[in-house]
Amino acid sequence: MKIPDARGPISGGLFRLLADGTGDVSAAQGALHRLIEGQLALTDDVIDDGDVQLALFCLYELHYGGLDGVDNRWEWNPGLITLRQMLEEPFELALRSAARSSAGSVQPAPAAGLDSDAVADLLFGLAGQDGGPGMSRHVAKKATLGQLREFLVHKSIYQLKEADPHTWAIPRLTGRAKAALVEIQADEYGGGRPDRMHSALFARTMRGLGLDDVYGGYVDAVPAVSLAAVNMMSLFGLNRRLRGAIAGHLAIYEMTSSRPNQLYGNGFRRLGFGADVTAYFDEHVEADAVHEQIAGRDLAGGLVEAEPGLLPDVLFGATAALAIDARLAAHIMGAWETGTSSLKPPVPAGV
Amino acid sequence: MNQKPQESSNDGAIVICPDGPILVRGEFEIVTPSGGAVPRTRKTVALCRCGASAIKPYCDGTHKLIGFRTEYPATPGTKEAT
Repeated sequence: MKIPDARGPISGGLFRLLADGTGDVSAAQGALHRLIEGQLALTDDVIDDGDVQLALFCLYELHYGGLDGVDNRWEWNPGLITLRQMLEEPFELALRSAARSSAGSVQPAPAAGLDSDAVADLLFGLAGQDGGPGMSRHVAKKATLGQLREFLVHKSIYQLKEADPHTWAIPRLTGRAKAALVEIQADEYGGGRPDRMHSALFARTMRGLGLDDVYGGYVDAVPAVSLAAVNMMSLFGLNRRLRGAIAGHLAIYEMTSSRPNQLYGNGFRRLGFGADVTAYFDEHVEADAVHEQIAGRDLAGGLVEAEPGLLPDVLFGATAALAIDARLAAHIMGAWETGTSSLKPPVPAGV
Repeated sequence: MNQKPQESSNDGAIVICPDGPILVRGEFEIVTPSGGAVPRTRKTVALCRCGASAIKPYCDGTHKLIGFRTEYPATPGTKEAT
């Protein structure tokens, strides 16, 4: 991915460090360490902090496709991992707090002894309390062409690498949960056909609206919360201790997908787009009705049966996903209701 | 954290999802009453059981919106109550 524009001192310092190669950079890392400590103390809300979210996004990107011009050895540089953990810690705390407020009305689950059907039931119950398809209904009935393009730009941050963050969990699972995740992911990756990969279908949708489908091409255009939604998945996926959270995240993501995707598809059809553009959404209506059953019962449920102590993290992953999704939807709808863009205004040069 | 995997049949398996669709995995064909192939793009499919899907024979998740309820047979051989 092309290195995006810095959004503040942390991302700016990080990009300068990465440009230095992997020589003796401990002094620069030490300086960045102190800078991050100072900046975090000034931040009210890390989820909404563009500088923190962009730095985290780029640190995670070293584990995915990498950053253009950056030495691949940075991926496991211990100093860089330390910096990532400094950003992850407050981010995870913020997600836990957002999850708690979003799950306010949820019955506390019994401490142990839930079977897989009961776990699926609990997750379907959570998904059912989801605020409803406010944004998807708007997309279906009213969104302008410009808003549809904005919608795709927000989604592109994740959808162009759709399924990748959950794939990290595969070797951390065993038995039924692992088989379930592999079954879902095989479908996400097109069942062996590269053109059917969900990321490829999404790229086709973007091209149909005249958007650039290069991975990460719109990172500069999206607000912090859009990056936070993807960083959340990387945090859950890349930390083995959070394998419950990534399972819960995938389950709730699938459980809140079929109906909205049906409405998204309708919105694009309403403005005259054909099957090349709507295939992505139509595919998700059918695929996610399959995946939600497997993810709820066999992945999340199977994991909790095998490791009952992971139930709270499964629920954390699920409710955090709902909370961040609701924040992103509120941001986008808030902008559209006042007739403005939900994307980030261009950054003035020299940040 | 070992789990004893259940022996699964080579031919496939049908999962009756509570309050939801029928999941079919394995080797099978879906055909119309006259034998024509029903288009299928994935290995494991969810077949509509509530009757309200817009993409029948496949499930589109509408059962959740209409409050579709099934009762899981308590013992093998019992008929569903609804």
